[in-house]
Amino acid sequence: MVIEKAILAVVTTNNTKITGGAPIFICESKNELQTICANLEAITDGIAHALSEELYIVVKH
Amino acid sequence: MNEYTYAIVFGIAVGTLSRILMLKTDYRQYPTYLHGKIIHVSLGFIAAALGAIAVPALLEQEYTAVTLLTVAATQFRDVRNMERNTLTEIDQFELVPRGKSYIEGIAISFESRNYLCIFTAFISALLYIHFILPIAILGSILCILIAMKLMSGSTIKDIAEIVPIPLKFEGAGLYVDNIYIMNIGVEERREEILKYGMGFLILPKNRDIVQTLANLGQRQAMLHDVSVSLGIFRDSGTPALTPLIKRDLVDGRVGMFILPQTRDIDLAIKIIGSVPVLESAIRLPSESKPYNGKSDE
Repeated sequence: MVIEKAILAVVTTNNTKITGGAPIFICESKNELQTICANLEAITDGIAHALSEELYIVVKH
Repeated sequence: MNEYTYAIVFGIAVGTLSRILMLKTDYRQYPTYLHGKIIHVSLGFIAAALGAIAVPALLEQEYTAVTLLTVAATQFRDVRNMERNTLTEIDQFELVPRGKSYIEGIAISFESRNYLCIFTAFISALLYIHFILPIAILGSILCILIAMKLMSGSTIKDIAEIVPIPLKFEGAGLYVDNIYIMNIGVEERREEILKYGMGFLILPKNRDIVQTLANLGQRQAMLHDVSVSLGIFRDSGTPALTPLIKRDLVDGRVGMFILPQTRDIDLAIKIIGSVPVLESAIRLPSESKPYNGKSDE
């Protein structure tokens, strides 16, 4: 089976909500979260999706 | 030189001419200029020769010669394979790919045009042998016109209505009307999308068309054509800026999100409208017997 989609990174400002799995980036503020997501998006060729205000994932499509 | 020479030459000339007329390089940029054209004109010439020679062979009661046409069929099926392979290879490097269905549609039309070419040459040669030249010329013009008519299918504007509609975000979700397109996390991207993006609703005219527009290949073909014609605001490494097209599950309307470089709404509507309806996408549930209340017998 070929896995087509994969979570490349998890970016959050709330470290109580996440654990294990993909690389995790914990940010201090929303601005930092936006910058990190924008960078990760460009670097990994993925798309940053917002799951909630404080939890973002970068997904390879 | 024998009595059939002029007829064969005439048939070949008309057949090749019909192939040249059917071979147009348009916005799809395919076949590419010159080299691609030479391949297809040459194959058209071979097809025309086969069609034209079949007539004297039949008249001389050389029926085995007709089996040569089966060789032609194999040959032209290879043309279809060749086109399919080339386009599939190239497709990886398109910013917005054509999609397999569109490629298959193009490949099929290349094969079928060669057959149209054989028929045109056959009928022209036949008319030349049995009647005088003016009638043969008239007949071949008619043949070419029929061939041109046969090769042009319907387009999106015949089957659906296209309405421009502004894009909107609800949280991170991008919407065209009430149709969800995708989730965009980065605010910078959202601003770009609102600035450069355009939204369209494609409203199917009847139940059959709902099925046709649901086909993923048909939808990808629409995105590709629009992106080629209007340009595209994206590059490799920006997957968030991908034009997408999604459907409303309830009524089969289709929401199209594009990122054109030329932001001209009227032009965009015309271009979406002139996308060909792919043969592989056409569904006719209304033709089914149970649907019309008839039994299967």
